[in-house]
Amino acid sequence: MDHSATTPVDTLVVDAMLPYFSEMFGNSSSLHSFGMEAAEALSTARKQVADAIGALPEEIIFTSGGTESDNLAIRGVITHNSGKKHVITSVIEHPAVLNTCAFLESLGHEVTYVPVDAEGLIVLSLLERSIRENTVLISVMHANNEVGTIQPIKEIAQIAKKHNIYFHTDAVQSVGKIPVNVDDLGIDMLSLSSHKIHGPKGVGVLYVRKGTIIEPIVFGGNHEKGMRSGTENIPGIVGLGKAMVLAQQRLDTDSKYMQQMRDGIISKIFCSVADVRLNGHPTQRLPNNVNLSFKYVEGESMLMLLDMKGIAVSTGSACSSKSLKASHVLSSLNIEDDYIHGSLRISLGRENTIEDEDYLVESLKETVFRLRMMSPLSSQ
Amino acid sequence: MGIIEDADGVGEIGSTVDGDIINISIKIKDNVIEDVKFKTFGCVVAISTSSMVTNLAKGKTIAEALALTNKDVITALDGLPEGKDRCSGFALDALKRAIEDYQHKNK
Repeated sequence: MDHSATTPVDTLVVDAMLPYFSEMFGNSSSLHSFGMEAAEALSTARKQVADAIGALPEEIIFTSGGTESDNLAIRGVITHNSGKKHVITSVIEHPAVLNTCAFLESLGHEVTYVPVDAEGLIVLSLLERSIRENTVLISVMHANNEVGTIQPIKEIAQIAKKHNIYFHTDAVQSVGKIPVNVDDLGIDMLSLSSHKIHGPKGVGVLYVRKGTIIEPIVFGGNHEKGMRSGTENIPGIVGLGKAMVLAQQRLDTDSKYMQQMRDGIISKIFCSVADVRLNGHPTQRLPNNVNLSFKYVEGESMLMLLDMKGIAVSTGSACSSKSLKASHVLSSLNIEDDYIHGSLRISLGRENTIEDEDYLVESLKETVFRLRMMSPLSSQ
Repeated sequence: MGIIEDADGVGEIGSTVDGDIINISIKIKDNVIEDVKFKTFGCVVAISTSSMVTNLAKGKTIAEALALTNKDVITALDGLPEGKDRCSGFALDALKRAIEDYQHKNK
């Protein structure tokens, strides 16, 4: 139940990929028939991805994953020798965005990190007010990986458009969970990742709307129209294409199924455990995300006890060598000290069953009870 | 695990701001730690080191218990993951505070 971390590769995806390892292993840049086979596979996958998000095939750049896509979008708009630029992002972005922005700052560019409210929604008025003369990009994630809050992407895109600024969104968590259409949302650039949607690891996409000017960050043999050099990972890209088709076909069924399970877990835990809170937004939330905080217990110890019962989850609390630290996302939501260290993220996938749900709820109740017995903070 | 209600000494370490909180209570008879219990809020390492510290301290004289080192605790646990050794010190500190508390009361 840690699908926001990664997902198993669908068997249909594996089947689609297999011929491209040893049989059709060509380099898509080669002019002979082996190369042509690879080039054809590449073009099919490009169309599959484009169709799934309402884009044109030529607007799809294949990368090594979400992190590289975020890097390319953000570093790509800061073109060489163009002077000091300003970028706007949010405080709850993935490290792939935050650390790229920190790098830009180290080069002398400016970045504004717009805060979020207690439910994780970006404060639109502050976002608009932070726009400057030299702002070139707004980058705000579609849905948050920890607390699952879905941002008002359409509104943000409109603000960007009004001020003639590019808008990039990291949609790594939202693709396959909620509808993502680049025209409906008004997005200029979008990052997505294959392994979050039952595709293979090591492949991703940056969608770049026609007319959006960016520079590459990887140079070489001018693959992907010079935007991302390096021989294409054909098996991976074929897998991603297939995974996108499946995600699109199953979107309605899967998201309804996961949402039911999500709401079931939340209500069962609230009914049976005291001193618990839901982190993130109650409704503007990914259908597969449950993020709960339990008073008097610490997240990592819950995680380990659940792991011993065969359940994989994650936590926003990490015990480092210095101190017990809450994640940057939870810290940004102004969660009280009593709750901030006791967070648990349960991220569901389509292969989770009703039995899994019941087992999780029972195991979690037991785990929290056991740890509260040990906790000096609890009177239990 | 738990709290000794009629403890001879109690030591507590940490705060919710830093995270871990460890409470160790001891019962002393003839200069020997007859019983020792812990309550811990924190990660698995904090909990397991607390548990191990109570195991190691039980039956020891006060002098022996005070001589316990971080290394003794980590060795008894068969090692700790990298970067996690800070917690083992916490549990020992709580034990030492409990002993100090006892000594202070029995001056």
